[in-house]
Parts: sequence; structure tokens; C-alpha cells
Amino acid sequence: MQAALIVEGLSKTYPRRDRPAVDGLSFSVARGATLGLLGGNGAGKTTTISMLLGLLVPSAGRILALGHDMATDRFAALARMNFSSPYVALPHRLSVAENLRIYAHLYDVRGTEARIAELARDLQLEPFLHRPAGELSAGQKTRVALAKALINRPDLLLLDEPTASLDPDTGDWVRSWLERYRAETGCAILLASHNMAEVARLCDSVLMMKQGRVVDRGSPGELLARYGRDDLEEVFLDIARGRGVGREIEA
Amino acid sequence: MKTSLRRVWGLMYRHLALFRRSWPRVVELMYWPILQMVVWGFVTAYLAGVQNNVASVAAGVLIGGVLLWEVAIRSQMGFAISFLEEIWSRNLGHVFVSPLRPMELVAALVGMSMVRMFVGVLPALGLAFLLYGFGMWTMGPVVILFFAGLMMMGWAVALGVTALILRHGAGAEALAWSVLFGLTPFAAVFYPVAVLPDWLEPVALAIPAAHVFEGMRAALLEGRIAWGHLAACFALNLVWLGAMGALFLGQFRAARVRGALMNIGE
Repeated sequence: MQAALIVEGLSKTYPRRDRPAVDGLSFSVARGATLGLLGGNGAGKTTTISMLLGLLVPSAGRILALGHDMATDRFAALARMNFSSPYVALPHRLSVAENLRIYAHLYDVRGTEARIAELARDLQLEPFLHRPAGELSAGQKTRVALAKALINRPDLLLLDEPTASLDPDTGDWVRSWLERYRAETGCAILLASHNMAEVARLCDSVLMMKQGRVVDRGSPGELLARYGRDDLEEVFLDIARGRGVGREIEA
Repeated sequence: MKTSLRRVWGLMYRHLALFRRSWPRVVELMYWPILQMVVWGFVTAYLAGVQNNVASVAAGVLIGGVLLWEVAIRSQMGFAISFLEEIWSRNLGHVFVSPLRPMELVAALVGMSMVRMFVGVLPALGLAFLLYGFGMWTMGPVVILFFAGLMMMGWAVALGVTALILRHGAGAEALAWSVLFGLTPFAAVFYPVAVLPDWLEPVALAIPAAHVFEGMRAALLEGRIAWGHLAACFALNLVWLGAMGALFLGQFRAARVRGALMNIGE
């Protein structure tokens, strides 16, 4: 079965910049798998996600999302994908239900009200479903953003720091929910996060990025063994501070 | 996948829901058209009171000009400000990663432009009749074509403004309010194109609104329909809409290359 996401030789050099923001990135995400995208600030994660979402045109390379070439057929892919980030807001004055209704229309979801009710029940949105999105707590906003990202029952989900600024209890609740959702639906997930415990828990494999390139990859267990460390945070620091095992495999 | 009216409606629903939750926004839509109409209505009443009948009829042309020019201004602002609302709420990231096509975005903005224009201008039309006895409909059914011509021109200008916002970010947002006011001297709103200097007349005649206002004066002062001016208006609108639509799509593509869609609000 073809992978949900196939990326081949993806590069991006912004106009009037000397150095590529992303340089020759290749990877794939199988259906039902979760890939973690790790790297420090400026590593190229946001640029990569933007290209995967069609917000940004690559300088080179190819993206096949759910069998659709993003260069020529991105709208067919986008209808079956979705995205959540705490850094992209939903209209604050509108209620949670109104926000979800907008995206149900934009994603052409049939049975809009039933789908909103289902998500409200699953993600425990019911107590604040009719409150303005701007009045919610960080934890509530994260659940609403997740509901928006799931409104079209995506086959490919891109999550940018889905538990940023959440307390440990709420963060754990979101991670458990994502694990269950993936197991039930077979959705492929690409997760960009700075939370190493989250990556270790959710991801089947991890790409370590630095200065636009993949400097290492493997399952969390493989990376720990390769670097002789006890947790991914130490691996991350080894790579970020140039104390790696010198495996810059893509370089 | 084909163009979806549902996606167009989805984006319109977002703006309509906002109006439902914010009555000051609705009041703001009506405020300027009514204020303009009241000021020019008094000017018209003054001219009608102190001058002879011919001047009285001519004074009616002033208030007609004001009200029709508001159609173009509100159509342009309705389109451009609806786009800016997405930037201000930092929601564009979600909109552009949905399956909404650029032309569906344009269709939704055109729909919201019509809603905003009618909500803004219709109360002013009603008040003009109640306060000053000026009825736009006295021009006859041709007034519908005047409305259509001016709305189309408003959309063409708004497409250009939106393209500039895509190119220069929110720094270009002042154009959404100002650009059409800058065209007022050349659009023959209050005086015929013939009043302009010879070298400026071709500029005026390239503006669709100038032909609408020539047509309005022909209807009000001579009781005839200036079909030639109407044809010129719609032909020019097609040219301007085509040119500005191409500019918008070009800037949208360029924004995807530069990465401007990721941080357009900044």
C-alpha cells in the first residue's frame, strides 16, 4: 500500500537568500504511522510543513500526499488532509460551533451538525460549544483546534506543537486522544514538536533536522541506542550542539 | 474537484456570523453612506431653495451622484475589508490550507461585498426619499444597470488592492479605504467628463464609473438612456476585472513562492 505522504528531494530557497531553508529532504509516512519532525529554531520545520500544506512552493523536489501530487493536484489532497497549530488562530469573536461550522463548509463535510456534535462529545467541547473562541483557556483552545483539524476525518494530519503551553494533565489527555484516534482511523500523522517526551510516546519514527537538512533519523529507540542516551532530549541536545555521532546521513 | 458553492458559503458564513455577533459592525456599514447623503441632501435642498427649477433638477443630480458613488465605494471596501478581516484574525493560514480555491475566495469576497454594499446603501436610499424626496428609482429600471456597473468596478479595484496586500502585506491595507476616493475627481461623479481638461478626458473615459455618471445625468436631465455609455461601462469593467483578476492570481502565486501566505499579517 502506498504511503500516505511521500517526500522526495524537497528543497526551498527563499528569494534573495543564499542558504536553502530546506535542503534535499526525503521521507515518507505510512498510513497509520506517526512521524516526528524535530529540530531547533530555524531547522526548517515550519518551511517543510508549509510546503506540505501547499502554502509554499518548493524550489525543488516532489510531494505526494495521499497519492496526489501537491504541485498539480493540491486541492484534492487538501480535502483529505488537515492541520493544527497553536500559532494559527480561529476567529475569536465567533463561537466554537460557528468556527467548526465554517470549516465543515470549507471541507465540504456532509452532516455538518452531526459531525460537530460528535467532535464536541469526543473532545469534551460541549460545555463551551457556544462560547466565543477568544474567551477559552489554552487547553480548551487546543481541543477546539484539534476539533477543527479533525472536522473532515483527515487521512493525513499535520500537527505543529499540538500541546504547546498546555499543563501536563491536559497535554497527556491530548496525546492519549491522538493515540486512540490514530489507532481507530489509520490516519497518518506528521508531528512537529519540541516536547521530546511527546515525540517518544507518539512517534514511530523521527527525523532530526538542522539547518534545513536531515541529520539523523530512526525510531525513538534506535536514536537513543545510537547516541547512548536515556531520553530524546539528550539526543536533541547532542545534535543541536554538534556532539552527534557524526552521522549527518543526508549531508 | 469542481468549484463548490458550499465552500464559498463557508467563507461568507464566517463574515455573516461576525455581523450577527457585533451590531457596531452593522452600524458602521450604514454610517458613512447616510452621513454623505445627509450632507449632500442639505446642499441639494439649499440649491433647490435659492435657485430656479433648472438648478433644482441639477441639484438632484448631486445627491444621485453621491448615492451611486457610494455603491462603488462600498462594493470595493466590502471586498477588500472582508479579506483584511481574515488577516486581522490571523485566520488566513487555516483558510489557505483548506481546499478553498483562489477563485472561490474571490467569489465569497464578491458575495460579502454585495451584502455589505446593500446593507450600507439601501438605508441611505430610503432616507434620501424620506428627507429630500429624491428617489433613485425615478431614473427607471436602468438604475439596476448603474448599480451593476459600479459594483463590478468596485470589485475590479478591490482585486487590485487585495493583490497589493498580498504583495506588500498589511502595510498596504490603507489602500482599502483610500484608493477609490482618489479616483473621485476623474470619475465624473458630480460634473460631466467635458468639464475636465482635454488631456484628462481619456483618463476619465477609461474609468467605468464615468460612463455610469454620464448615463445618470442623461437619465435625470434628459430622460433618456445613454446606451453607448452603458456599453462602454460594461466593456471597460470586463477589461479591468480581467486585468485585476490576473494581477490577483499572479500575486497569489508569487506569495506562495515567497512564503508570504505564512505571515501576511505581519
